[in-house]
Amino acid sequence: MSEIVVNAVSKSWGGVGGVDRVSFKAEAGTLLVLLGPSGCGKSTTLRLIAGLEEIESGHITIGGRDVTHLSPAERRISMVFQSYALFPHLSVAENIIFGLKVRRVGRAERDERLKKVADIVGLSQLLDRKPSQLSGGQRQRVALGRAIIAEAAVCLMDEPLSNLDAKLRHEMRTEIRSLQQRLGMTMVYVTHDQTEAMTMADRVILMRDGQIEQNGAPHELYNQPASDFAARFIGTPPMNIISWRDDTSLGVRPEHITLDDHDGVSATIKAVEYLGADSIIICDVKGETVAVRQSGYCSVTTGTKVNLGWQNRHVHLFEKNSGKRREGGLPQ
Amino acid sequence: MVAAVMSATESRGLRRRNWLTNVNAWLLLLPAIVLLATFTHYPILATLYHSFFSLGRSGPAAFVGLDNYSYMLDDDVFWQVLRNNVIFALATVPTSIALALLMAVWVDKKIAGRSFLRLAFFTPTVLPMIAVANIWLFFYTPGYGLLDQFLKMIGLSGHNWLGDPATVMTALSVMVVWKEAGFFMIFYLAALQTIPPDLKEAAAVEGAGRWYFFRRITLPLLMPTTLFVSINALINSFKLVDQLVIMTKGGPNNASSLLLYYIYEVAFTFWDTTYAATLTVTLITILAAVALTKFIYLDRRIHYQ
Ligand SMILES: Nc1ncnc2c1ncn2[C@@H]1O[C@H](COP(=O)(O)OP(=O)(O)OP(=O)(O)O)[C@@H](O)[C@H]1O
Ligand SMILES: [Mg+2]
Repeated sequence: MSEIVVNAVSKSWGGVGGVDRVSFKAEAGTLLVLLGPSGCGKSTTLRLIAGLEEIESGHITIGGRDVTHLSPAERRISMVFQSYALFPHLSVAENIIFGLKVRRVGRAERDERLKKVADIVGLSQLLDRKPSQLSGGQRQRVALGRAIIAEAAVCLMDEPLSNLDAKLRHEMRTEIRSLQQRLGMTMVYVTHDQTEAMTMADRVILMRDGQIEQNGAPHELYNQPASDFAARFIGTPPMNIISWRDDTSLGVRPEHITLDDHDGVSATIKAVEYLGADSIIICDVKGETVAVRQSGYCSVTTGTKVNLGWQNRHVHLFEKNSGKRREGGLPQ
Repeated sequence: MVAAVMSATESRGLRRRNWLTNVNAWLLLLPAIVLLATFTHYPILATLYHSFFSLGRSGPAAFVGLDNYSYMLDDDVFWQVLRNNVIFALATVPTSIALALLMAVWVDKKIAGRSFLRLAFFTPTVLPMIAVANIWLFFYTPGYGLLDQFLKMIGLSGHNWLGDPATVMTALSVMVVWKEAGFFMIFYLAALQTIPPDLKEAAAVEGAGRWYFFRRITLPLLMPTTLFVSINALINSFKLVDQLVIMTKGGPNNASSLLLYYIYEVAFTFWDTTYAATLTVTLITILAAVALTKFIYLDRRIHYQ
C-alpha cells in the first residue's frame, strides 16, 4: 500500500520561508489535510512530496519506497496545482488526458476514462473549449479532472476547490472524498478552509510558520486544541480566549457559553450577528471580546448587561507565554 | 411630447460629442498619416504609375501599358535573381529560426555565464550589415582569409568562396544566418520566459520527458513567435542586400544577385528607372503577399495567449 511518510523534512529559501523539520505520516487509503493560514508552508510541503522542490534535509517515502531523490514522474503521483497549470493551447479534453497520452494508454480506454471523469467534474459540455474560454471554477475542475483520471495511488491536491461557489464546493468535496475512498487513494489535501478540513479529513495537520502545530483527527483538533493558535483556527467563530490568571488563559467555545440572568461573569452586549440557524452575540468582558452562540433568532438590544456561564468540562487552559495547552482542566 | 423633445436634444448632444471625438482622433493621427503618405504611400503609387510608362529618354514618356512587365517576364536576369532570392530565403529563414530557437532554449536554462552567452549571441545583431560583411569578407578571402588559413592548417587546399558561382550563395547564407539568428533568439527568449514554470511541473508529474514537453507544449506555445520571426526573416531576405555591395556586387555573373540588388543596379547603374519601377512593384507585391498570408491565413491557425 502507498502510505506517505515525511521524516524531518526541511526546506527554506536562504533561511526564510519554507518548512522546518516537518514529520508526519499519511496512512494508506486515507485523506490527510494540510491546514493553516496563508504562507505557513502547506504548498511547500506538498511540492516536496511531489518532488518539485529539492529537499534540504530529511527524507520521504511513498509506499515504503524512498523517493527523496526521485523525479516527480518516478514517484507515481498525481497532483492538482494551486495555479491549475493548464496547458493553454490544449482543449479541456486534451488537458485531462495529457498524462494518459504520455503513458500511451490506448484510445478506447482513454475515451472511456475521459467520459467518466468529465461527468464527475461536470465538464462534459465543455470538452472542446480552451482554458482561456473557461471561468476560474471551470478551470479548477479541469485541473481536478487531470489529477483524478490518472487513478494514481497517491493524489496531491493544492486548494483544488478554492475558486468554486459554495454549492459546487460542497458537491465536489463529497465527490472527491467518495472517489478517494472508492479507489483507496492516499490523498494529501491542502486547504486553508477549516470546514473543508473538518468534513473531509481522516487526519488534519495544522501548520504554522513552517512547523506542525497539531496533528490529529478532526474531532481531536476541535475538542483538544494543542495550543491557543489551534483553538483560534478551528471553529466559526473561533474559541474565545480570555486571560484568567497571570500565566494562564482560559478558552471556551461560543457554543458552550450560556446567557444567565444572575450567575456567572458579567458582560455587556456589543453586537448581534444573525446567521439564520443561530445568532452570534458579541459581548464585552472587562475589555475582552467574547462571542456567544445562541440558536435561532436572538432579540437582545446592544448595551444590555448579561451574565455569561459555562460548564467546567468545556473549559480549555493555555499557557500564556508558549500558548501550549495545559491538561487537567479547571482545578476547582 | 416632452420626452420626444428631451431625446432630440439628447441625441443632438450625442452626435456633437461623437463628432468631437472623431475630430480629436483624426488630429492625433495626422502627423503619422502625413509622414506615411509622403514617404510610403505616395512613392508606391508613383512607382506603380511609372511602371506603365516608357523611359522617355528621347522625348516625353509615353504610356505603354504592360510592356514593361512583359519585358520583365522575358528578362533572364530577372528570373535568375528571383530564383537566387527564393533559394537564399529557403536557405536562411529556416536555419536562422532553428538556430535562434536552439540558442534561446540553451540560454534560458540556469547555467553559469548565461548573461555572457546571451550577449555573445546577440552581438552580431548590433553590428551593421556593412561591418558584418567586411568581417566575413576577411574570413572568405582566398589564400590568406581565416577560412583558407584554417583549411591549410588541416591540410586542405583553399578556395575562392565568393568567386565561385557554386559556393557564393552558401557563403553568403552562412553569414546572414550568423547575423540574423541572434536577433531572433531574443524574441524566442522573451517568449520562453512567458511560459509559466508550473506547466513544466505539471507535465513532469504526469511523466512527460523533456523532449515530449518541448514538442507538445513549448513548441506550440512558441508558434506566435515563430510566425512573427519567420515573416520577418522572409521579408529581410528580400530587403537585406548591403552585403552584396561590399562582398560580390551580385557576381560572379549574377550568381549571388538578389532582386533588390538588381533593382538598385537597373535604377542607378543602367538608369532604366521605369524598368526599376516595374521590378519594384513586383517586389512589393511579393512582400505584401507574405504579409497578407500572415494576417489572413496563419493568424487564425495559431494559439495566442
Ligand atoms: N520559491 C520560493 N522562493 C522563496 N520563498 C518561497 C518560495 N516558495 C514559498 N516561499 C515561502 O515559503 C513560505 C511558505 O510558502 P507556501 O507556498 O508553502 O505557503 P502556503 O501555506 O501554501 O500558503 P497559501 O495558503 O497562501 O498558498 C512562504 O513564506 C513563502 O514566502
Ligand atoms: Mg499554497
